[in-house]
Amino acid sequence: MQILKIPVVGIEQIQADVFLLKLKSKDLAEITKPGQFYNIKVSESNFPLLRRPFSICDVEDDTLTFMFDVHGEGTKLLSQKVVGDLVDILGPLGNGFNFQDDFETAVIVAGGLGSAPFPFLIRTIGNDKKVLSFIGGRSEKNVITWRLINSKIATDDGSSGFIGNVVQLLKENENIFLESKCKIFSCGPNPMLKALQEYCLENDINCELSTECAMACGFGICQGCPIETTNKNEPYKLVCKDGPVFNAKDIVI
Amino acid sequence: MKKTVDLSVNIGGLKLQNPVMLASGTVGYGNEISNFTDLSKIGAIITKSVSLNPRKGNPPQRIVETPSGMLNAIGLANVGLELFIKEKIPFLKEVNSTLVCNIAASSIEEYVECTKTLDSEDSIKGFEINVSCPNVKEGGLIFGNDISNVGKITEKVRAATSKPIIIKLSPNTTNISEFAKVVKLEGGNAVSAINTLVGAAFNIWNKSPKIKNITGGLSGPAIKPVAIAKVLEISRNVNIPIIGIGGIMDWKDAVEFMIAGSSAFQIGTVNFINPNSGIEIIEGLKSYCEQMNINKISELTASYKLS
Repeated sequence: MQILKIPVVGIEQIQADVFLLKLKSKDLAEITKPGQFYNIKVSESNFPLLRRPFSICDVEDDTLTFMFDVHGEGTKLLSQKVVGDLVDILGPLGNGFNFQDDFETAVIVAGGLGSAPFPFLIRTIGNDKKVLSFIGGRSEKNVITWRLINSKIATDDGSSGFIGNVVQLLKENENIFLESKCKIFSCGPNPMLKALQEYCLENDINCELSTECAMACGFGICQGCPIETTNKNEPYKLVCKDGPVFNAKDIVI
Repeated sequence: MKKTVDLSVNIGGLKLQNPVMLASGTVGYGNEISNFTDLSKIGAIITKSVSLNPRKGNPPQRIVETPSGMLNAIGLANVGLELFIKEKIPFLKEVNSTLVCNIAASSIEEYVECTKTLDSEDSIKGFEINVSCPNVKEGGLIFGNDISNVGKITEKVRAATSKPIIIKLSPNTTNISEFAKVVKLEGGNAVSAINTLVGAAFNIWNKSPKIKNITGGLSGPAIKPVAIAKVLEISRNVNIPIIGIGGIMDWKDAVEFMIAGSSAFQIGTVNFINPNSGIEIIEGLKSYCEQMNINKISELTASYKLS
């Protein structure tokens, strides 16, 4: 964990309101793991006051890529960064995905901007494991497939791929991945994570969920981002420090 | 040769190497923040409020950002007295910073029991008594807004320890200096002011409060002018050391608090954004004092010119 000011080496709009921000730091690139996140100060002033958490999207050589959508003042300011600007960044934070388990097929289930953490996961494990991606969104414009592979798409309005949500699409295709030892890695809105969690628990499928919660510090001192656990002796864990990735059997969504 | 500025302060018997204190609830128990800053250079660390029994805290969402500030309703989540002594104090001892323990309780007896138990810990140099947490149903503000309760708590805790006692005052009152007077009368060594202001925020699309607890404590630069006014009010009316708190982001804010009457100050919300800000503030204070030909930083306290 470090706080650094590192330069923007690229900023790119890949689809409506979705941006890629590329920052250069050899030190951070070397220590970052898939599923971790950084807390970024988007302006030098007190507005917005707090840092904003962004999961690491991809790491290539000494370049860190972050994917974000513009949905408020903070992300708007971030989208206006230009090459050469220095960005105040704190991290890497959180635990990241556990891909040391015994599995042959990694099944990615992403909803909307939940696609963000997976390019780096695929880059890290893609040579050893088979990867299948199930990607959902409200409409075609909300489906993000950047650097995902073997993708099947679901949209609520049917504008692209399967008509319905991504968990329904996953269930329709379960014969493809259940034939091998699989592990599901997922990120997306809470209703999606909840539906996926129910499916995985019912069918005894190993599944990790990357969760989200409003937070201030990102490293455990503000205690602002609790998530309910299934362990009565420890009713809450912190999304920032104990997560953001949890096994589906360990948390209550 | 340039004279070194004497940054040390004495707050009612609590001696600190400099006036920078890290506010309770913004440094945990020291271990996470020590990844980013050298705690041995900080004046004092005030631990997350400890209560007799563990508290799991409030359900999410606990935090929301507001213009130049944030609302929090953590609900005094803490490990409880027993685990605090067993697991947290050993690390805090090694840090080599002055340690002040913040105590929260839902009854006067609980304040006394916590203080008595912790009094024998040599590493704890003083107590900050939280009578003003806005985010718990019992205790907290119910005590903080009742002047006779604040008096009783001060009196009973005074009897339980000979170490310095700081009473953390609520700004959610019209007469903060009356509370400070009672603290002084009952033997408190100092007051810290201010705790957070009660605030709320709504999501306009689903008409629900943005934090689960409905109301939370507002902190950050948004509350600084309120805090400065409260510190000044106490300073002009009561002869008791004041530890200023409220939206300090940098050394200039800290100087302002000292001018308004603070002997020392606490930084809180800024630790979430820049966990090394304490050290940066110390450097800024040194150079301010050099520029202003101030030999001892304590000369700054209540140096306001109201003409």
